[in-house]
Amino acid sequence: MANLSLQNLQKSYGSAHVIKGVDIEIADGEFTVFVGPSGCGKSTLLRMIAGLEDISGGDLYIGDRQVNEVQPKERGIAMVFQSYAIFPHMTVRENIGFGLTIEGVKKDEWNERVNEAARILQMEHLLDRRPSQLSGGQRQRVAIGRAIVRKPAVFLFDEPLSNLDAALRMDMRMEIGKLHKQLDATMIYVTHDQVEAMTLADKIVVLKDGKVMQIGAPMELYHKPANLFVARFIGSPAMNLLDVTVAESTATGHIVQNGSLDPVEIATDTQAKPGDKLILGIRPQYLDPSHDPSAGKLHGTVSITERLGTETILDLTLTDGSKLVAALPEDAIFKPEETVSLTFDPARAHLFQPEDA
Amino acid sequence: MASKLTQSNSAGWAFALPGFGLIALFIVVPFFFAFGLSLTNQRLVSPNPTEFVGLANYKNLLGVGMITLEPERNDAGEILRGQDGEIQYPRVRNYTRKNPDYPHLDGMREWFRWSSGDNAKVVLAKDVVFVKALKNTLTFVVIVAPLQASLALLLALLINQKLRGINVFRTIYFMPVVISIVVVSLLWRFIYSGDNGLLNNILGALTFGLFEPVDWLGQPSTALGAIIAMSIWQAVGFHMVIWLSGLQTISPVLYEAARIEGSSAWQTFKYVTWPGLRNTAVLILIVITMQAFAIFAQIDVMTSGGPLDSTQTLVFQAVERGYGKQDISGGSVISVILFLIVLSISLIQRWLTREKN
Ligand SMILES: Nc1ncnc2c1ncn2[C@@H]1O[C@H](COP(=O)(O)OP(=O)(O)OP(=O)(O)O)[C@@H](O)[C@H]1O
Ligand SMILES: [Mg+2]
Repeated sequence: MANLSLQNLQKSYGSAHVIKGVDIEIADGEFTVFVGPSGCGKSTLLRMIAGLEDISGGDLYIGDRQVNEVQPKERGIAMVFQSYAIFPHMTVRENIGFGLTIEGVKKDEWNERVNEAARILQMEHLLDRRPSQLSGGQRQRVAIGRAIVRKPAVFLFDEPLSNLDAALRMDMRMEIGKLHKQLDATMIYVTHDQVEAMTLADKIVVLKDGKVMQIGAPMELYHKPANLFVARFIGSPAMNLLDVTVAESTATGHIVQNGSLDPVEIATDTQAKPGDKLILGIRPQYLDPSHDPSAGKLHGTVSITERLGTETILDLTLTDGSKLVAALPEDAIFKPEETVSLTFDPARAHLFQPEDA
Repeated sequence: MASKLTQSNSAGWAFALPGFGLIALFIVVPFFFAFGLSLTNQRLVSPNPTEFVGLANYKNLLGVGMITLEPERNDAGEILRGQDGEIQYPRVRNYTRKNPDYPHLDGMREWFRWSSGDNAKVVLAKDVVFVKALKNTLTFVVIVAPLQASLALLLALLINQKLRGINVFRTIYFMPVVISIVVVSLLWRFIYSGDNGLLNNILGALTFGLFEPVDWLGQPSTALGAIIAMSIWQAVGFHMVIWLSGLQTISPVLYEAARIEGSSAWQTFKYVTWPGLRNTAVLILIVITMQAFAIFAQIDVMTSGGPLDSTQTLVFQAVERGYGKQDISGGSVISVILFLIVLSISLIQRWLTREKN
């Protein structure tokens, strides 16, 4: 069993608190992604799980065992680093078999397992090369090979793809996803790329400043962001956030409005009273612009149309001067400076408290 | 490129000139002078004109020979023995002084001998002091190079840790390097002193007075060893710093990768540290070898080559002959021989440690 349990995990460097009490449950075989902006403590958290950083407070369980003080190799984990960390003087074969060499595995089994790992990663033809003769993607594959050869219960990835170019990143992303299905192992994956997080994860943990902002399945975070931070972080293009005022509170939510938004009722459990300022969030994908200036509740003019082929991005300026982005599924013709209105399903909109600074 | 430099950058060359001039005057010119003088009978101050003597100087220095002495026998054919029962042999000078049967041994003296059955094998040398100096220098190099290099590596490994106050140790280990070798040698003369030296006192205290004081520099059996020990101590800090710089080029993430795989301290050294230090090792071996061949100051200050020529070295002899005995050509010959030895050893070392592919 390789479920993980992080209980009020904390880390400080001297007086700097970097991880401020993190609780996460990770089930056996689950693909969990830690996302968050740079410096939020993703790597630190992962390295605490790996045993490369001491744990300053709280408990870490792998399986049923509390492993706070356990050496990395005893934790049954393998780690893939952003900078590959493959040994430059060893061949690919020796690199992949490194863990087995350390363990003292016999020659026959050693060969068998290295070949098996190479087969899974489709790199049998590279086995006798040296790292200097490999491309970035191939190097990262060697690092993954070194991780899978020991058949660990938990895989830890720290931004494994961020040194690769965009196309390769997509390929490798899919391969890692495939690998997860094939090996059926618990994987924890750190990235600051929310697309990677959305596509790979069974469960996403959004971190900010060493605290968990939300934990959930990718679509859960997408459709029900718990706070402004998650709302901003997940989804591309980013969610539109409009300052609105509560006109009236109803049993299920609030009626809100502003200079460019006609009053609309949004169902929410966010607490507010009439006159309060709230923030209305609508994903660009759920906005439906119309040439008819009075068809929708939001009013503005088109600034730029970006046609990406798969979708069209409209940059709009609302009548109160704020900016809005709408993403349309197909090619749509809106001329710059054209006055438009936008409709949206109030059920797809969210209300958030304005963040206190 | 070069022509452009020489034409357009006269100011630069003017600045470089003093440096070039000094290097030429004190290094390049003497280097060629030594070659030239070694083929003559030039003396420092002499009324006689200099003569070209070809390779005669080299022959006088490097000439060695061997004779087998049969025991002296009486008329009955029995071996003659001395008072203590030791076998009596004919005197070596019978063979080496104008003996027409042994012209090739003319002028040689006994270097060392050993017995083989009743016979004695005697190795002769044209210049016994020189061959002793050669042997001592080689002994010095063969012992100092590996010991100093490995000791320096050990210190570097110890010092390459993140510990409080580690800089104090760095400073302490490096201190002997910045102190003049002459001062260090003087200090160690006191340490090694026979009657009240520090070393004798310490050994005496450690053994509760059982240790018989030794005149470390005063007897042939210990003098060279004492100088070797002191020389290793003196320069070990210098090579430690070079190792340290090599250690710091090894990416820390490789150590983390090894740690994750459960690598022991020794395995980490074997698979990560040592391969990463290859180039440093080549550099250090060559530098130590060259420095060791050039040993002079310690000898000059501590023993002047004695006792009984047991600490003669090549450079000391070169100086001794060139200036002490005003035999410039003799000193030059030794310099040239030393140059050839160091050159060939460096080439061999580079070949042995070349990048294999
Ligand atoms: N050794 C250290 N001493 C002090 N502070 C540290 C140390 N290591 C990391 N930190 C701090 O901890 C915080 C989290 O660092 P961490 O490397 O976990 O960020 P991250 O989320 O992985 O960011 P990135 O996406 O840039 O990799 C940062 O603010 C960093 O400055
Ligand atoms: Mg990081």
